[in-house]
Amino acid sequence: MNGWIGTVLRVDLATGDVKTEDLNRKWAEEYLGCRGLGVRYYVDEVSTGIDALSPENKLIFATGPMTGLVGTSTGRYEVVAKSPLTNTIAGSNSGGYFGPELKFAGFDMLILEGKAKKPVYLLIEDGKAELRSAEALWGLTVSETTNAIVAATAPKAKVACVGPAGEKLARIACIMNDKDRAAGRGGMGAVMGSKNLKAIAVVGRGGINVADKEKALAVAKEARATVKANPVSGEGLKALGTNVLVKVINAAGGMPTRNFRDSVFENADNISGEKMAENQLVKPKSCFGCNISCSRVTEVKTEKYKCYGEGPEYETTWSFGADCGVDNMDAVIKANSLCNELGMDTISLGATIACAIDLFQDEHLTREEVGFDLNFNDPDTVLKLVEMAGNKDGFGVRLSEGSYRLAESCGHAEYSMSVKKLEMPAYDPRAIQGIGLNYATSNNGAAHVRGYTIAPEVVGLPEKLDQFSIEDKDLWVKAFQDLTASFDAAGLCLFTTFAIGGKELADQLTANTGIQYTEADVMTIGERIHNLEKLYNMQVGFDVKDDQLPKRMYNSPVKAGPAKDYVSRVPEMLPAYYSRRGWNKKGMPQPEKLAELGLETLRFK
Amino acid sequence: MKHVLLLQPALCVDCKVCELVCSLEHYGKVSPIKSCINVESTPMKFAVPLTCLQCDKPACAIVCVTQALTKNSETGLVDYDADKCIGCKMCVSACPFGNISYDQETQAVIKCDTCNGAPKCVEFCPTGAISWVGEDMTTITRRQAMVGKFEQLFSMEAQL
Repeated sequence: MNGWIGTVLRVDLATGDVKTEDLNRKWAEEYLGCRGLGVRYYVDEVSTGIDALSPENKLIFATGPMTGLVGTSTGRYEVVAKSPLTNTIAGSNSGGYFGPELKFAGFDMLILEGKAKKPVYLLIEDGKAELRSAEALWGLTVSETTNAIVAATAPKAKVACVGPAGEKLARIACIMNDKDRAAGRGGMGAVMGSKNLKAIAVVGRGGINVADKEKALAVAKEARATVKANPVSGEGLKALGTNVLVKVINAAGGMPTRNFRDSVFENADNISGEKMAENQLVKPKSCFGCNISCSRVTEVKTEKYKCYGEGPEYETTWSFGADCGVDNMDAVIKANSLCNELGMDTISLGATIACAIDLFQDEHLTREEVGFDLNFNDPDTVLKLVEMAGNKDGFGVRLSEGSYRLAESCGHAEYSMSVKKLEMPAYDPRAIQGIGLNYATSNNGAAHVRGYTIAPEVVGLPEKLDQFSIEDKDLWVKAFQDLTASFDAAGLCLFTTFAIGGKELADQLTANTGIQYTEADVMTIGERIHNLEKLYNMQVGFDVKDDQLPKRMYNSPVKAGPAKDYVSRVPEMLPAYYSRRGWNKKGMPQPEKLAELGLETLRFK
Repeated sequence: MKHVLLLQPALCVDCKVCELVCSLEHYGKVSPIKSCINVESTPMKFAVPLTCLQCDKPACAIVCVTQALTKNSETGLVDYDADKCIGCKMCVSACPFGNISYDQETQAVIKCDTCNGAPKCVEFCPTGAISWVGEDMTTITRRQAMVGKFEQLFSMEAQL
């Protein structure tokens, strides 16, 4: 095949059996790869009723047809499984170098089944795979694990692994690859840990065929130039990383602060990308194949918070910064570094700590339960809590379950700023209306990377919308969700969509795969993926009442700033959104829509 | 004037697109192992693009017993003639930089030919870490960077 490799690797962790299979070409054409193809395979093989942390759950590492190729930010892959945090289908997207290496090793996708009897890691090398003992690695941090496996295998091995949090089944554990990149959201690290699988190492010396070399180079050059010419993907992100957003979102009155008690952080300047560039930045860095270079290599020299690595991203700066009321950037970077080493989703953990502080302040959580007092703007306590959560030590056990389970155990689930138990990230849905609709309807819970309407609502790309208005937001959310699904599925980075759209994606796919894709095809693929995920969630038992934000977003108006007195109007937007999707009033896809997407005969296990 | 590939590690962001376009251009598929240019990085995430430096006294050509590798005084390049190559890999051993490798599939040496004076890596490098410049520019570029630093220094003094 061109673009795709055409081969799937299947590993039964219980028996150690390793099989290779031909890729299902029909599905590949219809769902591309990554999130799309991964979910298509998943729903075909796994019963919807399973416990996400049981051996019956499968863990899929999927690349896309563009992953590893010459194009716009081609370093992405997706981890797909049922989420132990949300119980929805989850797809956690990550960059770095791991995904492309999987293709160079000869595989589009890796399907992991069952549970190993003892800790193991999987070594994939040029079309072959074997399980090796990981007993000596169990308990090690992400960088220790990665270094040990590289030393034991090949200097160019690319490693994805879990830290102690994943081993201990923390529901907010992530999978880390290339040390600093995370398949972050939805607890994929806990699924990996539940399989006794510590790591996957890949060594690939093969190549990827492309259909039309000259055309592939030409369309890549043009699309990359468009990305480079864009003020966000070409300038802002390179200059300041995603933390370019700190001042922008705060100025828009949409930076949730102290567990969404406030929406403007008075000390935002102290944690801004501008300040980080002055104090901690070593250099900008790219993922594989990317000309945006949004990653930051950073170093904290302050003895207490000493660390070196990549990040933090804006959402992490927000979660451990503004959301915990912290304005000490050294401490925020240290929290990010600890999360990367222990293997935890920075958004969920920071937001869960903020939730705990909020509960404590309102006396729904006691000193006896925690072991000490919890206050906003207390960076050292935040760092202590990060370590406790990652090691599931004391009160950390409750933090590791995420904010919903924590708040529910205190009898006040409404303190959890989450949708479908996934914590909302760094954009206040009272101040920015469309992102709220996306949080409410995203198939993996409150994710910003599934329909980033911040681009039009705040940044003004591709055109400026009124962030406070709900007019046409149903249209924009649907369009962004579908477009994002297709970019995810292709293996391209979401950040390229600041500059390019369905046409540039279709052109790249056509040149590389040799299959004719139009802009309309690409949007249909995205819509198909979104609907497939939705159908899965419905089978699990999710319904219209789950498409809602926390009550605070409806009942507690913004106190100050540009969004003063606003609440989220998600309930008003939902009917229009469902209707635009071709769903009924209960948010269920209708037969005509399913037929249009080729999903009418789909049956779940 | 002769042109050379100017490599500026300080600008490299480790995206490896040079490896991708190089292999695609020369072998018709994307395969970093077949690339004539490679980005190597350190644990501290410092990245350096490395490729054939077209040495004036090329170790690879000196050890080559069949004259498959020869210095071209006109272009300044070390030329490779695959028809003369016997696949002994002595050149791979001889290159002190590791900038020549051997491709088992095509049974030929992987070595930069500058894409006949229009290097694809330069065309796609997003930061200018790899550029194709007149020979004298390799030093002029650095001197100019220094001039900028002096300018900063003295304009600061002027303000004081």
